[in-house]
Amino acid sequence: MLLKEGQFRNPSGCAVTGVIDRSGKSMSGEGMIEAISVMHDRSNGLGGGFAGYGIYPHYKDFYAFHLFYDGNTARADTEKFLTRHFEIVYSSEIQTRKIPSVKDEPLIFRYFLAPLPQKLANSHLDEREYVARCVNRVNAGIEGAYVFSCGKDMGIFKGVGYPEDIGRFYRLEEYEGYAWTCHGRYPTNTPGWWGGAHPFGLLDFSVVHNGEISSYDANRRYIEMFGYKCTLQTDTEVITYIIDYLVRKQGLSLEETAHVIAASFWRTIREKEEETREQETLLRRMFPSLLVTGPFSIILGFTGGLMALNDRLKLRSVVCAEKGDKCYIASEESAIRRIEPDLDRVFSPAGGEPVIFKLYDQQGGRA
Amino acid sequence: MDMYIQPEYEVVRREDRCIACRVCERQCANLVHSFDPETGKMQADDSKCVNCHRCVCLCPTHALKIVKSDDTYRQNANWDGQTINEVYKQANAGGVLLSSMGNPKPFPVFWDKMLVNASQVTNPPIDPLREPMETQLYLGKRTVKIERDERGRIKNTLPPQLKLSAPIMFSAMSYGSISYNAHEALARAAEELGIYYNTGEGGLHKDFYKYGKNTIVQVASGRFGVFKDYLETAAAIEIKMGQGAKPGIGGHLPGAKISADVSETRMIPEGVDAISPAPHHDIYSIEDLRQLVYSLKEATEYKKPVIVKIAAVHNVAAIASGIARSGADIIAIDGYRGGTGAAPTRIRDNVGIPVELALAEVDARLREEGIRDEVSIVVGGSVRSSADVVKAIALGADACYIGTAALLALGCHLCRTCHEGKCNWGIATQRPDLVKRLNPDIGYKRLVNLVTAWNHEIQEMMGGMGINSVEALRGNRLMLRGIGLTDTELRILGIKYAGESL
Repeated sequence: MLLKEGQFRNPSGCAVTGVIDRSGKSMSGEGMIEAISVMHDRSNGLGGGFAGYGIYPHYKDFYAFHLFYDGNTARADTEKFLTRHFEIVYSSEIQTRKIPSVKDEPLIFRYFLAPLPQKLANSHLDEREYVARCVNRVNAGIEGAYVFSCGKDMGIFKGVGYPEDIGRFYRLEEYEGYAWTCHGRYPTNTPGWWGGAHPFGLLDFSVVHNGEISSYDANRRYIEMFGYKCTLQTDTEVITYIIDYLVRKQGLSLEETAHVIAASFWRTIREKEEETREQETLLRRMFPSLLVTGPFSIILGFTGGLMALNDRLKLRSVVCAEKGDKCYIASEESAIRRIEPDLDRVFSPAGGEPVIFKLYDQQGGRA
Repeated sequence: MDMYIQPEYEVVRREDRCIACRVCERQCANLVHSFDPETGKMQADDSKCVNCHRCVCLCPTHALKIVKSDDTYRQNANWDGQTINEVYKQANAGGVLLSSMGNPKPFPVFWDKMLVNASQVTNPPIDPLREPMETQLYLGKRTVKIERDERGRIKNTLPPQLKLSAPIMFSAMSYGSISYNAHEALARAAEELGIYYNTGEGGLHKDFYKYGKNTIVQVASGRFGVFKDYLETAAAIEIKMGQGAKPGIGGHLPGAKISADVSETRMIPEGVDAISPAPHHDIYSIEDLRQLVYSLKEATEYKKPVIVKIAAVHNVAAIASGIARSGADIIAIDGYRGGTGAAPTRIRDNVGIPVELALAEVDARLREEGIRDEVSIVVGGSVRSSADVVKAIALGADACYIGTAALLALGCHLCRTCHEGKCNWGIATQRPDLVKRLNPDIGYKRLVNLVTAWNHEIQEMMGGMGINSVEALRGNRLMLRGIGLTDTELRILGIKYAGESL
């Protein structure tokens, strides 16, 4: 029997790309589909996906859950669970379009949810932790159900296929958001399961990643001490949990988080001016087991912005560009040029140097 | 000598090469060699030979070799020669058998049953000659709650940590069990390398206080040499609860090794056996340990990490969990192959467990309980090469202690007779004529060479795995595969079998 994603470790090469309009103006998912299609050869048809931010303005105060179901039993069980923990404001099947090359799709549903106030109060948990734990319970506990997106005013759309086909399958040209990321997967193994595609999301964080990290098991075994379960056994999953732990639970900024994950070499830190040196040394001494080594380029999506980050040796390509209010991130410059040939600025961030693009009205504080 | 026991080794001298220069005679503290004036030839008394190779190494004409005697008892798979000899010895003397250095029995060495990964295609190996490859690390607690000052900068709330330039330290060997010159070599090497050596339970010689920044001082059950300055001068303090070579018993330094200098350093009478008790008599439980940990921290104003060293025994994971909750900053685990200057043979050869298994269990347990950040883990007994270090770190260790390997670098030939105090290499002796054979200027350089070489090899192996910081190797068990191991052994080590993919 073919193993499902999560039952084996599945490293993969990939293409990633992202775009944000810092003025908050919306754009459809079409641009991303265009961009990723240029990098067709960086995927092998075994996984593609998108994350869009600002796409649910009418429901922006509710958690948008996207779910895959193997069948109606899983759906019934899940809905029973969701009803016990949330007020379901709206639910429907996600509209898709038949594409010949996209096969074996599961049932795909969307719910807009608000935690039941009494339940939440009784749990003594912060609201986001409450939601994260409910997601974990569905994914770990209900056979055939998988929550693959659970943030507010954002959504992940993914599946098995080439990313441009997946984008058309989900009719992303009909969604409008201020930021998008996209992922084309080149796994070195054959997952037949849609849940294994990327982006990987937790609350409003979404991560697309290209690389194969060599620190995986050191990171996994460490982060699992704090209640995370790495059930998918992918790099993207563990990186998302690390970011969630450092940002949401430890209260680090994104820059600080980057200095943990892709810390500068000691000898580089030694040459920095005193205050920076002290802070970066402290971060490395506090969280040494969250250093991620081996090649990676990631795009982190969060409410109000995108962050691009390379491993500290820059073993994977990533290019950033700006044009007016818009900023672009991609594995290859060609993907950016395809959707915006005339750029104000193109640059390759150094290894370990985070590039953070935020909405103008969010600069100065993370949402 | 017991008439029943025949020499284990024979001294073979090639008469055509021997020039009767009598170097062998002068070099042998065991008085094996002698010159016969009547024949003008050298003679040897095999029964005194411990096979330390001093004469072989120094013979200017390469006339000597030591061979295993082919004299044998009637072959018996149950009663081997060693076992029979030990019965004869005890029947003769009525005493406990004494031995030195680590367990020599053919138990499995789990380091040799683990293989290391390397990158191919999907991620690149990293060349340490061209790219930075970090082996620097910190030992100690890493439990933090982020606090910020008024300008939003993260405050340094970290407990004291030890900074190491390589994941290797010299393990505890007391002044008394080894010589002044050996200690000087270790101290100077630790300083030059940016690592630490360990005083053992023998106190710290007044000449070596200047190496305090690279010194770990030990507080053992005998409390030898422990006083205010001793604690204050050190970089860290180690409470020795047990030793891998002799779990469950204390130390024994024969009176013959207690010279005036050793007596002053240990603060005990000269020439009298120094016997440290099996338990610390103020520690009969885990809560008592906590009191000693905090007493030492109070005494040193919480400026130094406290290490608790235990022998690897059956219940090691639970014990380590207790220690991690008792204020200790670092746990040192010593495996049953660890060396010693003197231990009862039966204990050395039969008590304790392999450090590889102990380490795997401890690391897993501390993670399960979510307290791995409470302590760093240092393992020793026995770590024989850089490959062992890499495997230990991948299993979950922060760093390794090396003792035997360090002594080998100083010239030790593992003859395992340290307890007799007549070490021909000037290491495990206090006889001035023997001690001066070990030149600390040369010795320290050889130790620096050894650790430097190992560090290069660690970097090569890390680079091969695509890992450029030793911190990303720690606990990275997917980098290991087992070979020739049972399912139970794989489960305890927490690794997959060779050929099983990710």
